[in-house]
Amino acid sequence: MDITEYIKLVFTDYTLRTITLGTAILGAVTGMLGSFAVLRKQSLLGDAISHAALPGIAIAFLITGAKDGNILLLGALVSGLIGTFWIRGIISKTHLKSDTALGLILSLFFGFGMLLITFIQKQPNANQAGLDKYLFGQAATLVERDVWMMALVTGICLFVLLLFWKEFKILLFDADYTKTLGFNTKFIDILITTFIVLAIVLGLQTVGVVLMSAMLLAPAAAARQWTNSLSVMVFLAAIFGAFSGVVGTAISASENNLSTGPVIVLVAGVFVIFSFIFSPSRGLLFKQIRFIRNRRDLQLQKTLSFMFHIAETHENIGHPHAIKILNNFQGFTKGSLQKLVQKNYVKIHGAMWSLTEEGFKTAANLYNQQTQKNE
Amino acid sequence: MSDKIAVKVDDLTVAYNYKPVLWDIDLEIPEGVLMAIVGPNGAGKSTLIKSILGILKPIAGSVEIFGKPYAKQRQIVAYVPQKGSVDWDFPTTALDVVIMGTYGSLGWIKRPRQKEKKAALEALEKVGMLPFKNRQISQLSGGQQQRIFLARALVQNASIYFMDEPFQGVDATTEIAIINILKELRKAGKTVIVVHHDLQTVPEYFDWVTFLNVKKIATGPVKDIFNDDNLTKTYGINYKVSIQE
Repeated sequence: MDITEYIKLVFTDYTLRTITLGTAILGAVTGMLGSFAVLRKQSLLGDAISHAALPGIAIAFLITGAKDGNILLLGALVSGLIGTFWIRGIISKTHLKSDTALGLILSLFFGFGMLLITFIQKQPNANQAGLDKYLFGQAATLVERDVWMMALVTGICLFVLLLFWKEFKILLFDADYTKTLGFNTKFIDILITTFIVLAIVLGLQTVGVVLMSAMLLAPAAAARQWTNSLSVMVFLAAIFGAFSGVVGTAISASENNLSTGPVIVLVAGVFVIFSFIFSPSRGLLFKQIRFIRNRRDLQLQKTLSFMFHIAETHENIGHPHAIKILNNFQGFTKGSLQKLVQKNYVKIHGAMWSLTEEGFKTAANLYNQQTQKNE
Repeated sequence: MSDKIAVKVDDLTVAYNYKPVLWDIDLEIPEGVLMAIVGPNGAGKSTLIKSILGILKPIAGSVEIFGKPYAKQRQIVAYVPQKGSVDWDFPTTALDVVIMGTYGSLGWIKRPRQKEKKAALEALEKVGMLPFKNRQISQLSGGQQQRIFLARALVQNASIYFMDEPFQGVDATTEIAIINILKELRKAGKTVIVVHHDLQTVPEYFDWVTFLNVKKIATGPVKDIFNDDNLTKTYGINYKVSIQE
């Protein structure tokens, strides 16, 4: 299937359109909120919340006996929130560190959830099948109503984000200081956390309990590489998330119906790897290039200043010297000599070299410039 | 210095996990002094100012700012946290951080506008950081980051300033810049309280001092109480500091 044909299909085919829209909105909202989780160094919180949501789904099913998506997600929301506040409680009330608290709640809730789901599956009830789809998600089960729900939550989230932008920003940067300014930091904190839980619960049907935290973290981690501004970072994370959703859905739809959730997560992962390598200011590639370039510049300067010290003992700075004497010190290479000639700092006459007027001046200023830079 | 009491602390006791960090602190800080809080590591210096500012919850005691509870006086109190308490890789610029100092007077939801930006630029100018206003904060040196924090507090235009180790790990240029600003603040009648580590510079920089080691050892004018006796009581070993008059 070629791309134009696929795009046409996205607009005409109900199922594909629903899934594409749903995953795009999901990616955008998780990317946005994920930026806050990443900057607060609460990356693992998302993982704990999504796992903590599982028993809620099972209990909601046990109580109502119905597989209505919204009721199950309501259960997920409640148990996700309980898990989150237990984590916070453990951290503030005991000596345990946050990673211990996160791990504890994650495995306890997930274990309990799995127990309930296996219990439900043993029941003689035809309705029970399919709860395990929440483990890895099943985008194909998305219907229009789910997408509307996602759009609604995203809209509210965006509104609150814009309204409390200043408060979110300062809390993320310096919580203690925020408190001294008279802001209720607990309220801002609970607001952020609640929206993170909401976004995670929204994604459970599509991406599933196990992989959901990647949706939160990957777009945000990728976005951080490209910008030094919080607003741009949140915006980029939303774009990356939405794009991962759309591309992931396309790949999974065209290739033998690969499971959508994992493909979306992998696409987001590609964004992360690409950003880590190719970002101009923070990427590994440009860091390495800058490193090599600096080293080469330093090599040239070393050679030039050595030549300068020889040349300055003569009245005529153009006085030629043997190239051989350069061998006496390390760092001289034919390459660097060639570069100096190209820059018109040095002239070569057979086995002799001499400094040009320009080369002499540059070398004389080399030392001055460097001390100025250090100041 | 006036006769008014700027900060009054009564019976303040703070404990982490049942271990007392501050024990029954009574403290009166007169208006207009430039005061150092000194004491060994773990003496509770930072804890003291964090409890005064309501960041930490004491198990007992009360704090008054000019005779009223702190919660009613927030607008006239500014805080400079320890530089290491935040992540400097946060995606924001120097100017943005300084503008945060105006958030308190703005209150909820209202955004900073031209007026706030102007105030922030003036504060940056005062600490000599105007040329770096658009710099990403991770690309500033430790001393420059400290000056950004100071500028953020200056924007608040407070009457009382609490600073947690503003001289920690800064270069000589920054140290001079900071002390000049502190002295200017005192000249303008402000009260400045500084957690300080370098005992040698206490007589030169400050006119008031509090010795702290879980309990309050002494508080008063530097010229009266900054002596070997109090230093020994605070640091536990025979401490000798040559004091230049």
